[in-house]
Amino acid sequence: MSKGDIRNLLSRDTRADRVVPPTGYTAHLTLFVSGAMAFLAVFALALSLASGRIADRWATELAGAATLRINAPTAQLAAQTEAALTVLRQTPGVASARALTGDEQAALLSPWFGPDLPLDTLPIPQLIEIVEGEPGLDAAGLRLRLGAEVPGAVLDDHSRWREPLVDAAMSLRRLGWVSILLIGGATAAMITLAANASLAANAQIIEVLRQVGARDRFIAGAFVRRFTYRALLGAAVGTLLGMTGVLLLPEASDAGGFLTGVGFQGGGWVLPALIPLLGAVVAFFATWTAARRKLKELS
Amino acid sequence: MIELENVSYTYGDGELLSNVSVELQPGSFHFLTGPSGSGKTTLLKLCYGALLPTSGRLSAFDQDISTLDRDQMALLRRRVGVVHQNCQFLDHMTLAENVALPLMVSGRSESSEHGDLTELLSWVGLGTRLDARPPELSGGERQRAALARAVILSPDVVLADEPTGNVDWEMSQRLLRLLIELNRMGKTVLFATHDLSLIRAAKSQIQARVLRISQRKLQLAGADL
Ligand SMILES: Nc1ncnc2c1ncn2[C@@H]1O[C@H](COP(=O)(O)OP(=O)(O)OP(=O)(O)O)[C@@H](O)[C@H]1O
Ligand SMILES: [Mg+2]
Repeated sequence: MSKGDIRNLLSRDTRADRVVPPTGYTAHLTLFVSGAMAFLAVFALALSLASGRIADRWATELAGAATLRINAPTAQLAAQTEAALTVLRQTPGVASARALTGDEQAALLSPWFGPDLPLDTLPIPQLIEIVEGEPGLDAAGLRLRLGAEVPGAVLDDHSRWREPLVDAAMSLRRLGWVSILLIGGATAAMITLAANASLAANAQIIEVLRQVGARDRFIAGAFVRRFTYRALLGAAVGTLLGMTGVLLLPEASDAGGFLTGVGFQGGGWVLPALIPLLGAVVAFFATWTAARRKLKELS
Repeated sequence: MIELENVSYTYGDGELLSNVSVELQPGSFHFLTGPSGSGKTTLLKLCYGALLPTSGRLSAFDQDISTLDRDQMALLRRRVGVVHQNCQFLDHMTLAENVALPLMVSGRSESSEHGDLTELLSWVGLGTRLDARPPELSGGERQRAALARAVILSPDVVLADEPTGNVDWEMSQRLLRLLIELNRMGKTVLFATHDLSLIRAAKSQIQARVLRISQRKLQLAGADL
């Protein structure tokens, strides 16, 4: 089937569609199925886009930073910090390393212990903030060296908790895409069923059309256009409802974290508009295949 | 136009037509007669490819009909106008749309031939019933509508299967006259009927051959009619 064929099929004089009676439950079934499926597809799409965004953000925000913690008796703390900084300065892949000041450490702790914490009387480990540079930090090598030279140092390169988070977001995105594929497949199956039912119910009409010299492509075309336009209409309504639903979700905020970030952003709003087109394409091919097969069977 | 050579046809176990040979010459007028159940409809169906011969050769427009694919068969149907014994229409469409159906399926614009359509329907006496639905029509009106639909593409051959099956004598005469008129316009006509008085009535108006199916054979009927 060439591009010209498809254009012909879709643009033939619409009066020709009247040869198929416009009523019947298959009409409602197609409208409902494509509407419901489009509605679901909007959410699956929103989910995959949002989780994709989150995966990207987490991966970039958390990569490139690491923390070194020095646990040592107060007397040795300064010396070990100095030794650690020296090691870090000589380590390839460390762009900068800086010991946090007492105030900064207090600020980090105050959400947990309140503002009046007498830091100087408590044995608080010293934190060193590391910013990674090229060619990337060899965390294992650095740990080995620190183990030998700075016994109280513990390196936290954040990968321990970064990776599962990013993985989770990535799987969520994959699940979203798989859902969209499944929705497409289910739509194709349902429309094939509806088209077959419609073709069977109109066997007599097909017989009359053949008697007066209709070719298969004419008969198939009448059914294909019916189902394609119905699917387009149903999916358009379903998509609009789905997008309204997504719009009504709360705005993304820090407090809400992931859940409130589900939605479309910027150019992402254009993507759902493709859903009705996709629905129409699915209906087109499902009906076309069903019709060709049925017409062969009826001859 | 249409030529049968030793054509046999068998439904299930019973042979209905046995070694039938006949040629419909261009411009000829044939009656086809025989008792009910003798195979008149079957012979017509063979002629327009709705059935394929069990044996023998049937050619239409110099093409062996058994070699045609579905598309070619559709093109053949456009060259052979058929008035079916139980003429079927699309009940959700108007009479005018039904009669114009062959135009529509062959991709010819209906509107450009709208004048012709009204003229054609007036010719069969249905000029005022353009917007009627087929179920609202009487038996005779349906037969005439079927005739109009059969000839709208100006086919070379017209096959009419009992077009006078359920109409009165007056209307039978009228339909006969329409078919004779088509024949005078150069169409090849095959008219199946078991109404012998109609055939006798036609004899004064037209040179027609009468084919009779009797005991699975096709014979040329003589003066015994
Ligand atoms: N599809 C079919 N399957 C089996 N037998 C059939 C089929 N169609 C017709 N027949 C049988 O073939 C025989 C001839 O049928 P056909 O319709 O050709 O007769 P006909 O001469 O047109 O009769 P009528 O004058 O009543 O219209 C009949 O006995 C009929 O029962
Ligand atoms: Mg018959």
